[in-house]
Amino acid sequence: MNETAVGHPEVAARFPDLHPAFDPRAAVVEANRCLNCFDAPCMGACPTHIDVPRFIKKIASGNVTGSAHAILEANVLGASCSRVCPVEVLCEGSCVMHGRNEKAIEIGRLQRFAMESYYDAGGKLPLRSRGERTERVACIGAGPASLACAAELRQQGYQVTVLDRRPLPGGLNTYGVAEYKLRAVDSLREVEMIRDLGVRFEVRDVNAAALASLERAFDAVFLGVGLGAMQRLEVEGAAHSAVVDALEFIAGYKTGERLSVASRVVVIGAGNTAIDAAVAAKRLGADEVTILYRRQRENISAFDFEYEHALNEGVRFEWGTLPTRLEASGDGIALACVEVAMGVDGKLQPVEGSEFTMECDVIIPAIGQSPLLELLSQARGVTIERGRVAIERSTGQTSNPKYFAGGDCVNGGREVVDAVADGKRAALGIAGWLGTRAEVNHG
Amino acid sequence: MADLTTNFAGIRCPNPFWLASAPPTNCSEQIMRAFDAGWGGAVWKTIGEPITNVSSRYSSVDWAGQRMMGLNNIELISDRPIEVNLREIAEVKKCYPKHAVIASLMVESKRETWHDIVKRAEDAGADGLELNFGCPHGMSERGMGSAVGQVPEYAQMITEWVKEAARTPVLVKLTPNITDIRVVARAAKRAGADGLSAINTINSITGIDLDTFEPRPNVDGKSSHGGYCGPAVKPIALNMIQQVNSDYIDGPPIPMSGIGGVGSWPDAVEFMLLGCGTVQVCTAAMHYGYRIVEDMTDGLSNWMDAKGFATIEDFRGKSLPRVTEWKHLNLNYKIVASIDEALCIGCQLCHIACWDGAHQCIHMDRVSGAVDGHVEVHAKPRLNGADAIAVTPIAKLDPPKPHAGPYATSLDRIPRVDETECVGCNLCSLVCPVDQCITMVERPTGLAPQTWAERTASTTECAPPQIAG
Repeated sequence: MNETAVGHPEVAARFPDLHPAFDPRAAVVEANRCLNCFDAPCMGACPTHIDVPRFIKKIASGNVTGSAHAILEANVLGASCSRVCPVEVLCEGSCVMHGRNEKAIEIGRLQRFAMESYYDAGGKLPLRSRGERTERVACIGAGPASLACAAELRQQGYQVTVLDRRPLPGGLNTYGVAEYKLRAVDSLREVEMIRDLGVRFEVRDVNAAALASLERAFDAVFLGVGLGAMQRLEVEGAAHSAVVDALEFIAGYKTGERLSVASRVVVIGAGNTAIDAAVAAKRLGADEVTILYRRQRENISAFDFEYEHALNEGVRFEWGTLPTRLEASGDGIALACVEVAMGVDGKLQPVEGSEFTMECDVIIPAIGQSPLLELLSQARGVTIERGRVAIERSTGQTSNPKYFAGGDCVNGGREVVDAVADGKRAALGIAGWLGTRAEVNHG
Repeated sequence: MADLTTNFAGIRCPNPFWLASAPPTNCSEQIMRAFDAGWGGAVWKTIGEPITNVSSRYSSVDWAGQRMMGLNNIELISDRPIEVNLREIAEVKKCYPKHAVIASLMVESKRETWHDIVKRAEDAGADGLELNFGCPHGMSERGMGSAVGQVPEYAQMITEWVKEAARTPVLVKLTPNITDIRVVARAAKRAGADGLSAINTINSITGIDLDTFEPRPNVDGKSSHGGYCGPAVKPIALNMIQQVNSDYIDGPPIPMSGIGGVGSWPDAVEFMLLGCGTVQVCTAAMHYGYRIVEDMTDGLSNWMDAKGFATIEDFRGKSLPRVTEWKHLNLNYKIVASIDEALCIGCQLCHIACWDGAHQCIHMDRVSGAVDGHVEVHAKPRLNGADAIAVTPIAKLDPPKPHAGPYATSLDRIPRVDETECVGCNLCSLVCPVDQCITMVERPTGLAPQTWAERTASTTECAPPQIAG
C-alpha cells in the first residue's frame, strides 16, 4: 500500500469538506447564540462529557486557546471528534434549542473551529506537570481508544508505548473515516500531538507470542485493538476479484491507492460504513451505485442523516433484497438476487418468483466486522463475552487485572467518541490500579 | 387611523419623530432625503463658528455579537461656515414648509453673539431653536456645550439672552453629565425656555485595544473621552426625563423632546408615556439610515389604533404617576415565580441564577422529591450530566432514555420553585430564554397595602437608629 500518498490531490478534489469550517466571525455569532445552559444536556450526551457551554463561551469571548484546552481536557481527539461525531444524535440532538423550535447550536462546527484555530496557531496538547513515573503501559492498536488512553497516561507521567500493525497510526480515524468528514492528514496531525507528549509508537503486529512478551515487559496492557476484517459475503462466487470489502475500499482511496472505480457499483448492507463506501464510490466516478439491503428502510443501522446524505449523492437503495450468487458476465459481474419478506415466523423468507439479476462491475460487502477472537483469546485470563472483551465499565479493567480494554473490541463497534471515552476511562483505571499496586509494594 | 401630527411647544410637524442634531442632519441634501423618508422634523447639526475635526471620531460597544449597542463620538459641532448652514435651512424650509427644522446653536458666551445667531437662524426660516448646552467633548474645553449646561447660572443667563431676541420657540438641550439634571432644567424654566430636550450624550471611554493599549476612537495613538449614545443609554435617559417631567420646582414641567437610545416605535412610546412630546433619533439612523422611520410611524400608529388613542396627547405622560419614590411602594404586595412546565426547555438558567444570584429557591428536585423550606436542606447545584457513562445511541441496541413526566422536557430537567422561599425578585423570569415560561403571579398576603413611609410613620420598629448624644 502506498502510504505516502495520503492526502492525494485527486482525492482532496473529489472529497471536499462536507461541513465547511466556520469563519471566525460566524463562529462568534454562533457561539453567542448558545444559551449557556446550566448542567447542559449536550455535555451529558457527549460520551467524553466535553463542557460544551464552557468551550463555546470562550469562543465568544475571544479566548480560543482556553476553548481548545477545555475541549482537550475532556477529549484529546477533540479535533477529529468535531468532524466525525454524529452530533445529530449526541450533543446537538440534545440541545435545548429544539424545545423552542430553533436550530440546535452547531456544536460540532464550533468545536472544529476552536481546535483548528488552536492547532493552526501552533497549539500543542497542554502538559500537566506531574513528574515522570517509571511504570510502563502498552496500548495495543493505534486507534482512538488507545490514543486517548495513551495520552491520558502520558500526561500523568507514565511510560507509554502504542503498537499497531499498520504503517500509519490513528486506526479507523486514519484509514476508515470518509475523507469528506476527516482527512487522513488531519488524523495524523492529531496523532503527532500525542507523540509530542512523549508517547512511543511502534509498528508491530501483535500476535499471540508478542502478547505474552508484552505482558511480561509492561506493567499494564490496554487492548484497543478494535474489530477485525469485515465479514465475508457468503454467496456462491464471492471469491471474485471484483468483490472488495468496504473498509479496504475506503482505506484504498484514503491512502491514494484507488483514485477511480468502475461504472456500476453494488454495496451490500445499510450501516454507516455501507453509506461511506457507497458515497465514496460515487465520488470516485461510479455512474450507478446501488445499496442492497435485506430488510426495509426503517431497519437500517445507518443514522438518518447518513441515509439522507446517500440519497443526496445519488445512491439508489434496493430494499428487501438478498444477493444469492455472482458470476462473471462479459466485462462485469452478474449478481443474482432474490426479494425477501418477513415470514409469519419473524424470519426473512425469499419471495417466490422474485429472482432477478443485476449487472455490475464492483461489489462492496459492508455487512459488519468480525471480532478479533484469535488474538483476544490469547490474552491470558481475559474473559470474552459474545465476541467482546468483558470489562468493568467504570475502569475498563478486564477479568485479568493487568489487562484493560476499550473501544470497538469492547462495545462491538460504535463511534470514535465512544472509543475516546473508553480509552480515557481505562487510563484513569490503569493509573488507579497502578497506584494501588505501588502502595501495596511499598507499604 | 391615529393622528400623528404634533404641535411641540408651538413647533408643528407631521409626526413626532425628529432627527437629533448630529451627522444625519449635517446638510440640506441629507435633511430633504430624511423628510422624504418620513421624518417629521430635524434638528440641524449644531451651528457655530466652524471647527476642525479629528479622525477617527466614533467608537462603539458591541454586545453578544450585535454591533453598536452603544456609540461614542468625539466629533464637534458643524465644520461648515455659518452662512452655508443658514442658506441651506432656507432651502429646506422652502421645499418642506410643513416639516420642522430646528436650528441647534452654540456660540461663545456673549450676549451680542447669541442675539446675532438667533436672529440669523430665524431669518433663515428655522421653526425653533435648540441651545446646545450638552456637548461633552471638545467644545466644553472652550467654555461652551456642557461647560454651560453644568452650571445652572450660565445656562439661565444664556437662555435669557436668547429669549430676549427669539421669536420662535426656544428649547434647551440638557447634559446628563451632572449630579442632578433637574437643577439645569429649573434654570431653563426660570429663563423662560419654551421646551427642553434630553439627554445629550454621556461622557465615555468605550474601550481599549488590547494589542496596542490605545483607547478607542484612536487619533494617532491617543484618544479623548467622548459622548455615549445608542440603545445602551435609553434607561438612563428615561430616568432623567422622568425626573425632569415630574419636577414642579420653579414652575410646572415644560415640553420635553426625548433623546437617548430611541431606535424603534416602542422606544418612542416609552419616552412619550413619561411625558415627551417628540423624540429625537441619531444612533439608529446612523446605523441603518433614514428608512427606519417608516416602521416608527407605522408601528406607533398601529399601536395607538389598537389601544384606542387618537392622538399622542391621549397617552402622553400616562406612566408618570406610576413612578414614585421607593418609600411609597406597597410592602405587602407579594408575587412568586411560576414555571410553565409545558414551555420549559430545560436550560436550567433560572435554577443557577436563583442559586448564585438570588435567593436559592429554584430546585432540581421534581424527580427526587420536593423538599420545601430553608435552603440549608438542599444539595448544592451540581452537574449531573457529567457523572453518567454515556454512549452514542444506536437505535437497534439502545432504547431511548426514559422520559419522565407529561411535558416535552423531561421532568428531571424542569426546575421547581419553592414558593415558601421565593421573594418574587423577578431574576428567573428575566434570564429565562422562553417568553412567558416563567411568570410572576400574585399570592395575596391578606394584609392591607402598606408603604415604608406609612410603616415608619406608624411605628418605631424600623426607624433609623438614634445616635446617643
